[in-house]
Amino acid sequence: MDKLRLRFEKTGKAAYISHLDLMRVVQRIFLRAETPLRYSEGFNPHALISICLPLSVGTESLCELMDFRVKRDIDIAALPEKLNSTSPEGIRFLECYEPERKASGIKWLRIEGRFDYDHVSGENIVQPLLAFFRRESIPVKRRTKRGEGVLELAGNVRDFECEPTQDGLRIKCVISAQEPTVNPDLLIHALEQLSPELKPDFAKFRRVEIYDADMGVFR
Amino acid sequence: MDKRLERILPNVQKPARYTGGELNEIIKDKSEVKLRMAFCFPDVYEIGMSNLGMRILYGVINNEPDIWCERVFAPWGDMAEAMRENKMLLYALESGDPVSEFDVLGFSIGYEMAYCTVLDMLDMAGIPLRSADRPGLTPLVFAGGTSCCNPEPMAPFMDLMVLGEGEEVDVEVLRLFQRARDEGWSKHDFLLEAAKIQGVYVPSLYEPVYNADGTLAEMRCLPGAPEKVTKRIISDLDSVYYPTNPIVPSTEIVHDRVNVELFRGCVRGCRFCQAGYVYRPIRAKKPETVIRQGIESIRNTGSQEATLLSLSSSDYRHLPEACDGLLDWCEPRNVSLSLPSLRADNFSMELMSRLQKVRRGGLTFAPEAGTQRLRDVINKNVTEDDLLNTCRIAFEGGWNGIKLYFMLGLPTETDEDVVGIADLAAQVLHVWRESSPNKQRGVRITVSTSCFVPKPHSPFQWEAQVTRSEYKRRVNLLRDSITAKNVTYNWHDPDTSFIEAVLSRGDRRVGDAIEAAWRRGARMEAWSDYFNFKRWMDAFDECGVDPDFYATRERSEDEVLPWCRIDMGVRTSLLLREKHRAYAAELSPDCRVACSACGAQSLLPKGVKCDG
Repeated sequence: MDKLRLRFEKTGKAAYISHLDLMRVVQRIFLRAETPLRYSEGFNPHALISICLPLSVGTESLCELMDFRVKRDIDIAALPEKLNSTSPEGIRFLECYEPERKASGIKWLRIEGRFDYDHVSGENIVQPLLAFFRRESIPVKRRTKRGEGVLELAGNVRDFECEPTQDGLRIKCVISAQEPTVNPDLLIHALEQLSPELKPDFAKFRRVEIYDADMGVFR
Repeated sequence: MDKRLERILPNVQKPARYTGGELNEIIKDKSEVKLRMAFCFPDVYEIGMSNLGMRILYGVINNEPDIWCERVFAPWGDMAEAMRENKMLLYALESGDPVSEFDVLGFSIGYEMAYCTVLDMLDMAGIPLRSADRPGLTPLVFAGGTSCCNPEPMAPFMDLMVLGEGEEVDVEVLRLFQRARDEGWSKHDFLLEAAKIQGVYVPSLYEPVYNADGTLAEMRCLPGAPEKVTKRIISDLDSVYYPTNPIVPSTEIVHDRVNVELFRGCVRGCRFCQAGYVYRPIRAKKPETVIRQGIESIRNTGSQEATLLSLSSSDYRHLPEACDGLLDWCEPRNVSLSLPSLRADNFSMELMSRLQKVRRGGLTFAPEAGTQRLRDVINKNVTEDDLLNTCRIAFEGGWNGIKLYFMLGLPTETDEDVVGIADLAAQVLHVWRESSPNKQRGVRITVSTSCFVPKPHSPFQWEAQVTRSEYKRRVNLLRDSITAKNVTYNWHDPDTSFIEAVLSRGDRRVGDAIEAAWRRGARMEAWSDYFNFKRWMDAFDECGVDPDFYATRERSEDEVLPWCRIDMGVRTSLLLREKHRAYAAELSPDCRVACSACGAQSLLPKGVKCDG
């Protein structure tokens, strides 16, 4: 036993913990639970923890994966509960196991979103929104580290569904998690750039499930 | 979560500081509790959560099962603006409920530059700023913290102020308030009764009377006002509550580590230092208590760093024992221990080397003044030899950065003293040349100066602050005297110090100027991002307040001072004696060599001795 993987939720207030802060939060959870974490052996030792798909601030997730390494064997069945007893609100560990696949095998993410519309009823948006995400080409401009680029959303956003709610719409879709990485916010940017009348006044997303390239659930 | 908040959070910096939900935050059922208090800290989350006093009082008050105490911090500018735009009232982190719904608001004011933020928080909560404009009993607005040792500048805004340590008196005030509310007392009746609690100052029971020249003739006692209000202390630090299971912030704060308190008070008696006088008498924890509380806190928080906190940690009698006990536990777990506020003597240095096995960063010392004469004036018992020896040990041990802090504008300072700072830095550099085992790495010597602010309840409370132009002249003199390339000189601008000087020794009229400054947009004035000198000068002008009257005027020894009703435990005659000794450049021994009979001992119960 050396490399281990934890699946956990990050919801509610915890959605606002940044990736960098989460690394610190998680490390302290491990320390409080007296987990024998392994540290790097450099001049400034740091815990060997890595989060497979870093999450943007404000986005919730029911399916986060985190790899970490331990110095000696631990009771992995008991670990999630042990960690939960000392975790902040909104961080909940679901299971711990020895991973069989590398995180690079992740390809798709199922997400849900809340689209709030202040001035129109969600019902009137359903059809045009469905039509928008069925377009053959949805080129969206985005800023990356290398400067401004264009990403083709068509093909990288799949199975778009939506239904009206009191405040607007609830949407569901599957987005490409890696190569290319589609940040859910790009859906909003696409609407803003190509069909501004469909852009919600507020949107909030949640990751629901992780898949490999063949749409098998990734663990 | 509030829908407006949900929309604001993605657009502000560091949203995690506005959500609560951290580990160990205290949640109670609001329908079950009898009293709700908002503990308001007039600065951002990262500063407030680093404050040990707040953490202690949060725990103490919440230990009362039927009182729920929640945290409120000042939002940073972007958040404050977004909240105002969306008509969101200031809320408490635990419940998310608006502060205006609480029974009591308690402000912790440690620093004068936070005064405007207090007003801004009241305004953001939708609560009238002035006590007189809040005729009802609820909400009660009170304050505590070191700044309250001169309560007068904030007197117009507070219903009452608490002096000294709050562990006991806060709960007494809350319980009395609860009774008053349940029995339907008037606010005035409640305040009259509250004034009978030791440590409670009720501003509305005192009326300032002024002479023609603007000085105070008296702080007149109205019916029911005690002649003197004496601060409160905790006499036994071993039995008093200490937060060993504190909230663990989910975002990085300024002091992101476990605090282990060693003792309260300070034996040294540096004459410029307010804390050295107002926190007396000296009371220490037993080393067993320190070790136990330290280990518990580290275990409960998962923190990898602990710091031993006190005004002058190396003066703790049992320091080696406490350090050994903690190190035994910390070392195998990779937890590092640090000691702030070290004195530049050999003992500290040995200890420092033991604690910091790795991480050779910089070391900081505060000689405060450049010549021995001036160090004697301020009673800073550090000699040049002490400092140079300490630096030698540090350089030999591999440190290659030294920061030296000084004040300019101390009483009796001459140009010779100013140039003395440059000479001292040059000598430190010389020591490095002699003793550094590895000169290729170079050395960084940083000299910093700030402008001295005379503070209430210190022996320099009667002194004039130097003018801003004089400070700048001395800065230029010092800058021209520093010639070595490896010595960097940083100086704080005197504008903030000047305003701080006005506020710290202000009277009730200064309160009007604080409100005027706030109306002109002042908040978070301790942050250079927000501080605006002109705004303050305009506010003083508008209120007819002459800032020089408060900052740069020397008071006569018999002048009635705005804080004359406050007894912080130290006799005024002792402060005067220290002032006179300062002018004679005469040292006073520290409390352990000879008790100065300052008077603070009398705050302790009979038979309990001051640890000085």
